[in-house]
Amino acid sequence: MSDRLYLYPVWIRIWHAVNALCFLVLLISGISMQYSNPAYPLLPFDVAVSSHNVSGIVIFLAYLFFLAAFVFTSNKKHYKIRFKGMSERLFKQIRYYTFGVFKGESSPYPTTEDAKFNPLQQVTYVGVIFVLYPILIITGLALMFPEAIIDNFFGIGGTLLTALLHASAGFLASLFLVIHLYFATMGASVSANFKSIVNGYHESH
Amino acid sequence: MVQKLKIIPIYLLVLLFGHQIWANGVADNSQCLKCHGQVFYEYHNEWTDQIDRKPLNPFHHIDSTKLHTSVHKMFACVDCHSMEYETFPHSGELRLEEKYQCMDCHGGDETFAKFNFEGIEAAFMESVHYKASDERFNCWMCHDAHGYELALREDRPITEVVELSNNMCLSCHDNKFKYGLLSDDEPQDIASIHSWLPNQSRHFTKVRCIDCHTKVQSDLLVSHNILPKEEAVHNCVECHSSNSVLMESLYAHRAKESRAESGFFNAVVLNEGYIIGANRNKTLNFVSIALFGMLVIGLLIHATLRFIVSKKK
Repeated sequence: MSDRLYLYPVWIRIWHAVNALCFLVLLISGISMQYSNPAYPLLPFDVAVSSHNVSGIVIFLAYLFFLAAFVFTSNKKHYKIRFKGMSERLFKQIRYYTFGVFKGESSPYPTTEDAKFNPLQQVTYVGVIFVLYPILIITGLALMFPEAIIDNFFGIGGTLLTALLHASAGFLASLFLVIHLYFATMGASVSANFKSIVNGYHESH
Repeated sequence: MVQKLKIIPIYLLVLLFGHQIWANGVADNSQCLKCHGQVFYEYHNEWTDQIDRKPLNPFHHIDSTKLHTSVHKMFACVDCHSMEYETFPHSGELRLEEKYQCMDCHGGDETFAKFNFEGIEAAFMESVHYKASDERFNCWMCHDAHGYELALREDRPITEVVELSNNMCLSCHDNKFKYGLLSDDEPQDIASIHSWLPNQSRHFTKVRCIDCHTKVQSDLLVSHNILPKEEAVHNCVECHSSNSVLMESLYAHRAKESRAESGFFNAVVLNEGYIIGANRNKTLNFVSIALFGMLVIGLLIHATLRFIVSKKK
């Protein structure tokens, strides 16, 4: 019988759901625009542009909401990285994922009320939320209002640089999504973590 | 007597050189521009013996700065207009003077072969402009003979090329007086009829009207076959894709002149702009597909091993 921990309050679940939905729309519409092809359109270009813009604005607002909640709730404790001994902890977690999990070992950093992320998750989430998201949002807003972008940056077009940065960050975010979805299947059961994001309860192994 | 003697040399100069005085290849048209280069003109009214000051008909106003930098700057006014215009007041009959058309000078001349004026004329006669208004629509409706500049051929910045080109269209389509020369209707509001176009201001400053409203022709640098509005480009991906039509129109000249390989599709655009969907980087494409593929394969292997281990338990 596994233990149940209430780790995901309603606001986190709503934010996560909005984020997930917008993320998917942004990814599909972004790929559709970047690789637009008259013969094989993933989405019609105008639909891709509109849906990308709307989802971008929504995810930006959701991000602001997350930051406010981050400041005013105890959720921030999960994102506080302890740098001392971090490489050992990361190595231990990577070793578990690459070998331990196949030997039936238990997770070196099980989920608790005070630490819902293992070291690898913590570093990844901090990177995604506090580095990747700001890059995507700032470059995305700039591309939405391209008049604001400088024409020339040391001989290279400002819009080109912004677009390259946006597309590259978007690509990294898409890698994160695939990894995130896969690792979500490594809960108490394949579907356990997917249930958690709906009911708020984390099921331990 | 002394005063008269002083005036004689000036008369002589004018008589000897008149409009033929040249400076930097510019014909001297100062006599005409004294009135036609101004908003108001003055003359001595012999009937009242007074100096009259009148507003110049704006359709007869010539921008002298533009004239002196235009492709026709070396011509004197009377090279194209009747010599009788040298007399003031101008005879009323001169209004009926038949004006030269482009082909009268440029047609069948090897000097202008690279411009393919014959091709331009043929395309123009296919255009909605010509078909809708027959011979009333002529070159001068769009091309200001007194201020025409070569922008694309002189590799001016794309924004300048676009502005000059679009101003030709807007000179009628955003001007009910000039539009009224051909139609009883008023021109429609440009912004509202293009309301479907996202980032409208960006498009209007980066792309020419004719890039969507003409049929691209490989033998013409600028196609003159203006299409009916129903046939204009509405499908975004015709520009926003790796085989963007802009490479055959707005950027055709530069694309032919510069084949520099920078790893980007349609790299010539990148000097002055960026077009989503048309400017992808080949290396980044390959790297991203490879990385994504490796990740998916890695995760599939991991999932398979997990499945096998769970079955053994």
